[in-house]
Amino acid sequence: MTYQDVKPGEVLLAVDNISLSFGAVRAISDVSFDINKGEIRAIIGPNGAGKTSMLNCINGFYHPQQGTITYKGQKRSAMKPYEAAAQGIARTFQNVALFKGMSTLDNIMTGRNLKMKSGIFSSMLWYGGAQKEELEHRRYVEDIIDFLEIQAIRKTPVGRLPYGLQKRVELGRALAAEPELLLLDEPMAGMNLEEKEDMCRFILDVNDEFGTTICLIEHDMGVVMDISDRVMVLDYGGKIGDGVPAEVRANQQVIDAYLGGGH
Amino acid sequence: MTNKEQEFDTFPKLIRRNADVRPDRPAYREKEYGIWQTYTWKDVYENSRSLALGLVDLGMQRGDTVAIIGSNRPQLYWVFAAAQAVGGLPVPIYQDGVADEIQFVLEHAEAKFVFCEDQEQVDKVLSVIDKCPNIRYLIYEDDRGMRHYKQPNVKSYKDVQAQGAAYDQKNAVFFDAEVNKGKADDIATIMYTSGTTGRPKGVMLSFRNMGEAGRLSVEFENLTENEKVLSYLPMAWVGDHLFSYSQASTAGFSVNCPENAETVLTDLREIGPTYYFAPPAIFENLLTQMMIRIEDASAIKQKMFHYFVDVAKKCGVEIMEGKPVSFMDRIKYAIGDILVYGPLKNTLGFSQIRVAYTAGAPMGPEVFKFYRSLGINLKQLYGQTESCAYVCIQNDRDVRPDTVGPPAPGCEIKIDDATGEVMFKSPGTFVGYYKNDEATKETKDPDGWVHTGDAGIMTDDGQLKVIDRAKDVGKLTDGTLFAPQYIENKLKFFPFISEAVCHGHERDTVTAFINIDLEAVGNWAERRGISYTSYQDLANRDEVYAQIKECVEQVNKDLAIDSELAGAQISRFLVLPKALDADDGELTRTRKVRRRIIAERYETLINALFSNVETVDIESQMTFEDGRQGTLKATVKVRDADTYPAMRAAS
Repeated sequence: MTYQDVKPGEVLLAVDNISLSFGAVRAISDVSFDINKGEIRAIIGPNGAGKTSMLNCINGFYHPQQGTITYKGQKRSAMKPYEAAAQGIARTFQNVALFKGMSTLDNIMTGRNLKMKSGIFSSMLWYGGAQKEELEHRRYVEDIIDFLEIQAIRKTPVGRLPYGLQKRVELGRALAAEPELLLLDEPMAGMNLEEKEDMCRFILDVNDEFGTTICLIEHDMGVVMDISDRVMVLDYGGKIGDGVPAEVRANQQVIDAYLGGGH
Repeated sequence: MTNKEQEFDTFPKLIRRNADVRPDRPAYREKEYGIWQTYTWKDVYENSRSLALGLVDLGMQRGDTVAIIGSNRPQLYWVFAAAQAVGGLPVPIYQDGVADEIQFVLEHAEAKFVFCEDQEQVDKVLSVIDKCPNIRYLIYEDDRGMRHYKQPNVKSYKDVQAQGAAYDQKNAVFFDAEVNKGKADDIATIMYTSGTTGRPKGVMLSFRNMGEAGRLSVEFENLTENEKVLSYLPMAWVGDHLFSYSQASTAGFSVNCPENAETVLTDLREIGPTYYFAPPAIFENLLTQMMIRIEDASAIKQKMFHYFVDVAKKCGVEIMEGKPVSFMDRIKYAIGDILVYGPLKNTLGFSQIRVAYTAGAPMGPEVFKFYRSLGINLKQLYGQTESCAYVCIQNDRDVRPDTVGPPAPGCEIKIDDATGEVMFKSPGTFVGYYKNDEATKETKDPDGWVHTGDAGIMTDDGQLKVIDRAKDVGKLTDGTLFAPQYIENKLKFFPFISEAVCHGHERDTVTAFINIDLEAVGNWAERRGISYTSYQDLANRDEVYAQIKECVEQVNKDLAIDSELAGAQISRFLVLPKALDADDGELTRTRKVRRRIIAERYETLINALFSNVETVDIESQMTFEDGRQGTLKATVKVRDADTYPAMRAAS
């Protein structure tokens, strides 16, 4: 499979020939791909293809044994997830990872953590600059709540929310960090049709309104083909397809991987 | 006197007065970004002024129609004031209507300007704009998602206001001169009826109609500028227009718009309205939820709750109405108020209520009495679009669950001897139907009496009792009076039943379609470990049928006591596999049953009800929330219900 023509727009993140193993298990072998600024980039593939491992590499949770990751023109050394976050990479998780006992509002507020500057004591006393700062952050969070239409659950502990809404809150928390690159790990898993449609609209709106670059993993082929600009397909840790949705759909290797033939 | 009358005979004039005498009083609030944003009467005046001039600058002429589509937002209420100030005709449209319904009104009203709340409404209008050649501009309030709309005829609310402000700079006297041109007998607004039969009709209401109805009801209830109302019912419904616009600008009180449809209950609690309106279904829902939550409470709390609710049942209403009550009961009620009623009302957001109304459908007497016994002054109201929703209001000291009260001040009522139809004469009587003189003549006779289409009875002491829609009242083959809505309402009093449709005109017996209430029945099923996969599945369970059968038989027992209607008991029923829905045309937007359409669509089911079959197969078209069509296939069970011999009431 050769590279397809890349849309105009600079390369935000490039992955070059990375390989990742856990002992004898090869999760990713020699995969290269890139994400352009402003696009919606999908990674698809059967279970165990290495999609989540790829995201984990991008946001610094795993460190590939071989290959390089270049972010905004800079080769990255092994970094910690919080360093990646500080550079503008935010993510959501396959299994929702929120603070169950905290309200929607507070959960999203934690996404602002990196933007907060006041010290622990002035924050505790809610005094002076800390007060002003919190109000500013609250205003930003309220914008997100309005954007995601979750006003009705603002003060509800997220543990009590249905799964679809928890996913939305998690997206909200990722957005609160004002990310440049947003990684979404199966944002629509386990949702019904209506929830999926809502989530699709939010993803497109995020991309459109905030200009956020989005890289998402998704199983629902219909969704992926509808909303992504480019799709990369992984199977058994290797890349078997990459291109605009129509090309990927016509790719024989991809069809085989999904229909179980050819192995 | 005449001068004074002229001074305040239109709403723009009233708003100008309010901006003058109470500039800093809150007029409209909306919750946004989690905070209540307040607009004072001065803000309302200034905003509607710039908006009006913006419209003029865009080429609006006196007499042009301005359509308004959206949920309750202060900015959309100002459109009424802005359009009226410069001689425009505001026409509110139900915002949940599908494109086809909206198109009809836009076309019929010849709307030139269309105000849309957000992208969703803009898209709807754009999808039909080719069929509405009169539309010149679309103006949207919320700019989210609108950045790619580059059409020259799509404008933002703020831009129009900015244009108006610039116009005001050049021509500062224009606005006041235009406002002063308004007269009491000008048409203030056209309200489209929800259309139980066929297409909606445009009801023309003058400033005198809306203004007098507002003024008289404000005086009747002693409403002041300190009242707070929550405006959450459709803006296109005449009741909301009366409360949130006419009365608000007359009395100068504040109107509070919830953040969105899902936050209404939270917002209600935060605002604590002093004056509140809700259809019976909302009060019934609240009570059901309350009871479910009490069942989950600790034993002590449950005991306390039930004890004091019994105390309230015994003497609460009497205490509120100022009737004699024993000293002991008063003490018990006072304790109950501290321990139960007060906290309960606080949780519901009802602590400050002085007047609460319900209308549109009868309310279960138990539910009605429950709220009144807690000290909430809940009353019934009777009216229709053609009367500005102002015909009957119950008096504070004489509230009965089965009547809608005596004629309100300024109104007269008579019952047509031949047909039993309720007729009224009131200051709110509409001018006529827009572009439909024939219908106007049929409805309003030359002396000013208006046919309501409701069948009713006047009690001996002058209170009106509404039974049903006159055209729906039929007869069984043996001549027994058949009032379907009367029976359906009795069925709907049960929490398990959300909707019912009875059949029986020119038949031997009465039969019924039942819609179960998914929340109530679902909760009941969960508690008993009955599993189900969907609405359709739940509706078809034998356990559910058994419950519904009990409800139906209870209704039959009630009917047996009623000498006139004893023969019209329900002999067979079935539970519909889908909820009747306005999107499928089965209900109107105000959730009234459209009998003719239901009779056509479910003909096979009706035939099954009047035969001996046990089950019947149907296929029906249904519309999903997103507008896609689907087919519903189901096998429906038909069950018999016991009927009871007629008996005289024990009393």
